Amino acid sequence: MVTAKNIDFYYDTKTRFEIPDIIMKPGEQLLILGKSGSGKTTILNILGGLLKPFSGEVKIENTSIYELSGAKLDKFRGRNIGIVFQRPHILAPLTVEENLGLANYFANEKGKQNETLLKELGIYEKRKSKVHTLSEGEAQRVSIARAMANSPKLILADEPTASLDDENAEVVVKLLQQQAGKFQAALIIVTHDQRIKNHISNQIIIGGGS
Amino acid sequence: MNMLKLSWKYLVAKPLNTGLNILLLALGLAIITVLILVQDQFENKMTRDAEGIDLVVGAKGSPLQLILSSIYHIDFPTGNIELEDAVSVSKNRLIKNVIPLGMGDNYQGYRIVGTNHDYLDLYNVGFQEGVAWEKPFEVVLGNDVAKKLGLKAGDEFVGSHGIGSSSHEHDEHPYFVTGVLALQDNVVDKLILTSIESVWYTHDEEHDHQKIEAPVSTSGFPETDEDRQVTSLLIQYRNPIAAVQLPRLINSRSALQAASPSFEISRLFELLGVGVKLIQGLAIVIIVIAGLGIFIALFNSLKERKYDLAVMRTLGASRGQLFFHIVLEGIILTFLGALVGIAIGHLFLTVLVMQNEQGAIGGLTAAVFLKEELWIVVYAIAVGIVASLIPAWTAYQTDIAKQLTKS
Repeated sequence: MVTAKNIDFYYDTKTRFEIPDIIMKPGEQLLILGKSGSGKTTILNILGGLLKPFSGEVKIENTSIYELSGAKLDKFRGRNIGIVFQRPHILAPLTVEENLGLANYFANEKGKQNETLLKELGIYEKRKSKVHTLSEGEAQRVSIARAMANSPKLILADEPTASLDDENAEVVVKLLQQQAGKFQAALIIVTHDQRIKNHISNQIIIGGGS
Repeated sequence: MNMLKLSWKYLVAKPLNTGLNILLLALGLAIITVLILVQDQFENKMTRDAEGIDLVVGAKGSPLQLILSSIYHIDFPTGNIELEDAVSVSKNRLIKNVIPLGMGDNYQGYRIVGTNHDYLDLYNVGFQEGVAWEKPFEVVLGNDVAKKLGLKAGDEFVGSHGIGSSSHEHDEHPYFVTGVLALQDNVVDKLILTSIESVWYTHDEEHDHQKIEAPVSTSGFPETDEDRQVTSLLIQYRNPIAAVQLPRLINSRSALQAASPSFEISRLFELLGVGVKLIQGLAIVIIVIAGLGIFIALFNSLKERKYDLAVMRTLGASRGQLFFHIVLEGIILTFLGALVGIAIGHLFLTVLVMQNEQGAIGGLTAAVFLKEELWIVVYAIAVGIVASLIPAWTAYQTDIAKQLTKS
């Protein structure tokens, strides 16, 4: 169960973001559409516990995350929230496997399902590789695997398909949906990518409603 | 995966940078290691070799040279003194014991020193095999000499004239080895000891066979009615008053000079001290530069890594963990630097000692580890922590949301 209520945030008072209330049950999926600059990423950061709103409450599994302090919030995020970015941002000095292992380490998890994850995402053969040997699509799949490494309750994806071609974009969205379904996690994708529209029916359009 | 492994991975990802930083720090620490090792052993050795010797009397010249040549056998002797003068000095009631030394020959670079059995007692030597000399041309070998030259009791060899390796050989009379000393860990190990008479007779033009068969004196001066010389005298005082009176008394005689080992050695250390300080200063400068290098490397890498750090935060890392992550890199770098530095230091000293076996530092060894070397590791790690504090603080303060929204 993920809820965000009465969220208020702005960088300067003239351009306040209209942030709708969000209520999601486990396994539900939501697409947040909007132009760049509409505040999509800001919403995502607030939901992910990365940016504290001025007012309002974000609750994940009955925990009001902004009431957690410092390191506790970090640990909570590591365990319960998986974040996928537009660019994969795999830690280059580590191998694919180690990237997942690091996510487990920071969340104090064992990472038992890592192998299965890598297999399901079709990158098991690349587990010992460094990021620079991977293609764009493979790298994005690694970042999805890393986001799933601790079986999160909430998966946030920020423009996950923006730098991918049609084929890869579709694969990535399907994988995200598949994995979220498997963990019964809530999946939120923010994007301006029209290609995704057809995949998720539950949609919010923000920032002038285009 | 853990913090140590994570920091290590990031260091290994930049092998050249990491290697250079480790090497630079290691260089500075290697110099310090060599200094510590040499200083400790040199002072010990110097004091040990001079133990029991209150005063050295020899020909006029540099007092330091007299001490170096007569006690440590590293410099050339200042010349010889007449036996007559030597005997008359030794009759002074302030003197408890006199050991005469006669030098001038060597075998394969090892000095042949003419003396009496008191010299063996002075250093409390034990025998590995054989016995002390009783007749002219009988010699006892220091342990190193026997080992390096492969000689044992019963062997013979021909000495050469001069202190260093050789001019002409004294082929008339070979020396006969009667004994080999046990390892003493002092100057005696590198000497070939014999009687004063042997040294005299080798240099004589004609040889009197009766004399050569007669037993040599084992204490005091040899009995002779000829004009003979010795190189120097090692003197033990009877009481503390001697320290005040005796040197002045002897120095007032035109042909002789007296030098105090403790005084000359402290003077030598004072002279060396300037050089040691200079090298120490250089080492510290290198270490500071190495510290700066580590600081700059970490700080620069942080610019490229801000995104990585932000990603780690999204994966559940706390600010404290990121701080620790960066400090750990500094610590790993300097810890390795310390280990490499100590290793280089020991290696360097080994090479130095190998090339100088018969020289002043020939008796030193690189195969010891001192407590001070642990301090080197501690200091190095302190450098690592200091150098990484500012980069670590920057990492601590990374604003994740802002960092991730960029690009």
